[in-house]
Amino acid sequence: MINKLVFATVYVLNQASAYYFYVNKLGFKVHTNAPIGKDNRWLTVTPPDQPEIEISLLLVTEGEMFTKESVKAVTELIRKGTFGHGGFECNDIYATYEELKSKGVEFAQAPKEEFYGVAAVFKDDSGNWFSLTQKAKQS
Amino acid sequence: MTSEQYPKNYLYKRIVQAKLFIDQNYADKIDIDNISDEAYFSKFHFIRLFKKIYGKTPHQYLSAVRIQNAIRLLQANHPVTDVCYAVGFESLSSFGSLFKRVVGSTPSGFLEAQQQRKMQVQNKPFRFIPGCFAHQFGWHKK
Repeated sequence: MINKLVFATVYVLNQASAYYFYVNKLGFKVHTNAPIGKDNRWLTVTPPDQPEIEISLLLVTEGEMFTKESVKAVTELIRKGTFGHGGFECNDIYATYEELKSKGVEFAQAPKEEFYGVAAVFKDDSGNWFSLTQKAKQS
Repeated sequence: MTSEQYPKNYLYKRIVQAKLFIDQNYADKIDIDNISDEAYFSKFHFIRLFKKIYGKTPHQYLSAVRIQNAIRLLQANHPVTDVCYAVGFESLSSFGSLFKRVVGSTPSGFLEAQQQRKMQVQNKPFRFIPGCFAHQFGWHKK
C-alpha cells in the first residue's frame, strides 16, 4: 500500500533561475541542494507549510536519460508552456495573486470562481504551469 | 469575496504592500502604526484585515519573518550573534527564546546541525539523492 507522496519532479531550464523563482518569488524553502558533477544539482524545495513534500527542480540535460534530440524537444515543450505539474493552495488567493504579480510572476489565468473555490494559473520561470486555488468554504 | 467585488482590490493591494514592506524591512525597527498609516487604514482596521488574510497579526508576522530569515542566515553559516542583530532582534535572549519556541532548538544547536548536514551534502551528495534518479540519469558515474 502506498502511503504518501514524498517528492515530485519539475523539469526546469536553468536551476539558478529556478532557485530564485521558487525561493524568492514563491517563498518556498530549500530542502536539499546537493552537487552532481560540475553543472548540475539535486535541488529540492518545499512549500512553506508543507516541509514533508519536496519538489525536485531537475535540469533537462543530455545524458543517460535524455539524448541531445530529447533535450531539444523537451526544452521546447517546457518553453511553450506544455506541462502543467500540479496545484498549490493558499489561504487568500486575491492577496497571493497581488503579491506574486508584484514580484513579476506571470499568470495565465487571473483568479476565477470555480465550483470548488477560486482558482488562478501561474507559470514558473521555465514555462511550467501550476494552478493556485483558494478552496471554497465548506457550508 | 466574489469576482464581481474584486475591482475593489485596492484593499488587497494595500495589505499586500504592507506585507511586502515587512518582508523587505524586517531587519529594521518597524513600527506597526507607521505601516497602518502607509496603508491608509486605522491601526485597528489594518490589524484585522491583515490577520484575516495572513492568519497572523502584523506583529506576529514580523516575528515569523525574522525567525525565517534567521534560519536562512544560520543555514548559510553566519554566526548566531550576527544573525540575531541582522534580522532585527535587539537582544540575544529575546532572539534565543523565540527561536527555540518556533524551531525547537537553540540557534547555536540549529547552526551546528546545519553545518553538519551541509558538510554531508557536499561530501556525500548521493546520500541525499534517490538512488533510482541517480541511476536513471547516470549521475553516480560522475
